[in-house]
Amino acid sequence: MSDPSIRSEPTAVKWAIIGAAALIVALLVILPLINVFAQAFSKGWEAYAAALVDPDALAAIELTLIVTVISVAANTAMGLVMAWAITKFAFPGKSFLITLIDLPFSVSPVVAGLAFVLLFGAQGYFGPWLIDNGWKIIFAWPGITLATIFVTFPFVARELIPLMQEQGTTEEEAAVTLGAGGWTVFRRVTLPNIKWALLYGVLLCNARAMGEFGAVSVVSGHVRGETNTIPLQVEILYNEYQFQASFAVASLLAFLAIVTLLAKSLLEARLGGHQR
Amino acid sequence: MAESYLPVSHLPTAAPRQKSVIPGFGLTLGLTVLWLSLVVLIPLAALFLKTAELPLDRLVAILTAPRTLNALKISFGLSLVAAGVNLVFGAVVVWALVRYDFPGRRVLDALIDIPFALPTAVAGIALTTLYAENGWIGSWLAPLGIKVAFTPLGILIALIFIGLPFVVRTVQPVLEDLDHELEEAAATLGAGRWTTIRRVVLPAVLPAFLTGFALAFARAVGEYGSVIFIAGNLPNVSEIAPLLIVIRLEEFRYADATAIAATMLVAAFALLFVINGLQRWQENRTGRLK
Repeated sequence: MSDPSIRSEPTAVKWAIIGAAALIVALLVILPLINVFAQAFSKGWEAYAAALVDPDALAAIELTLIVTVISVAANTAMGLVMAWAITKFAFPGKSFLITLIDLPFSVSPVVAGLAFVLLFGAQGYFGPWLIDNGWKIIFAWPGITLATIFVTFPFVARELIPLMQEQGTTEEEAAVTLGAGGWTVFRRVTLPNIKWALLYGVLLCNARAMGEFGAVSVVSGHVRGETNTIPLQVEILYNEYQFQASFAVASLLAFLAIVTLLAKSLLEARLGGHQR
Repeated sequence: MAESYLPVSHLPTAAPRQKSVIPGFGLTLGLTVLWLSLVVLIPLAALFLKTAELPLDRLVAILTAPRTLNALKISFGLSLVAAGVNLVFGAVVVWALVRYDFPGRRVLDALIDIPFALPTAVAGIALTTLYAENGWIGSWLAPLGIKVAFTPLGILIALIFIGLPFVVRTVQPVLEDLDHELEEAAATLGAGRWTTIRRVVLPAVLPAFLTGFALAFARAVGEYGSVIFIAGNLPNVSEIAPLLIVIRLEEFRYADATAIAATMLVAAFALLFVINGLQRWQENRTGRLK
């Protein structure tokens, strides 16, 4: 064998594989991302800024922020609760429960949106009662929030569960033995141990909440300036052939994706330091 | 750190001791079940309940209508092809990332997650613009007579795009953990490099590849945002099942939308079952504890 290492391929094969990998990622992944910004700035900075301060775009940004804050807060709090129940105690059916928590990732976003329409829409199980009482969930922000909570349901819990399982319960048990109450144990012992994984889960939850399209599209009703989130505004502008404006609004979400990935790399380096 | 879009079921099963002194069991488990029921289980149950209310012949008529069958065929068929392509692309990328050191390796590694992090609608319009006849890639393909945007080929591109990270991230940790000595032993015993890869490496990473394939397939079947812009959305030709659900809903044909959605949900459950089985196989095969 010409190669000094028996665990490697000939140099030519090695560089062919590296080249192919780079080409796949460049064409398939990098080019679309660059294209978003190229299209967004195709008419210069002024057109870009104008697209973002358009009243409908601003309304979409505002709605997205409200929905995201509620969804992320709910899923963070409940993610901590679920991870605590699953990792600190032994009980039958635990792995089934983990599968159920993961379930929203296996469901098509459109199917998820439809499920809420069947519950709260005019034709749904609770629809008539909601109408009689003047409540509006579908085609309004509460429905958009519910759909967003559904699709981002697993993010925080699934970041915490493997880590908390690995860390075990001895530190918490010691704290309890020394007289600490449940809340104190969580705040002073558990939380410092999981803070980076928690932050990472929150970041991912946040990115998906802001960018969710399919589920939100089904329950939104697409009322301009009222029930459009950022991704829905992107769709409307695109379908009206306002491509540059559409990509300008989309670039906000692309930027968010890049920030999320950068934060992920930083957090991984930090976690790698004392974990792996 | 686990990739957030991969299932968490591969956990060490060593449970904490039976009687825990840690407080909060009843409260947190109760809240878990309540929250899970309200957000996930009750809505999905409503979907099945509405489907069960349909007369059987109606249900059969909806699901065997040509437009429904074609939409399901397009979604499942193209997802299968896309997952197959991702198997090949994923193998090339993961081998380069794990086995070789080259300038830019860490950047390449980080970029793999873009299809997961980029919102689907953004990916959809970006891919459409790229592959349209006047786009950066489409203008190269047009003289060759290849049309991508607004054809089933466009759907395939979008599904390959969103599926790539699943194969790479599922295989990557398994390939990293693979015992070097096995390959060295095979080489010492006279096996050529290709034989070693085929007979020693491949069997060890096969379950991971199949898991990645199944995950990419499952994601592609339900995908909506990145597909609808590039698809062209011609009924029976380039109309995916999730889009047909949306169209039926907009036509107020709730029964049709519900029946198609329930079918896709059943498929999703079946896939989840398969993926869990594959992961258990992987754990037994490599004895790998996280």
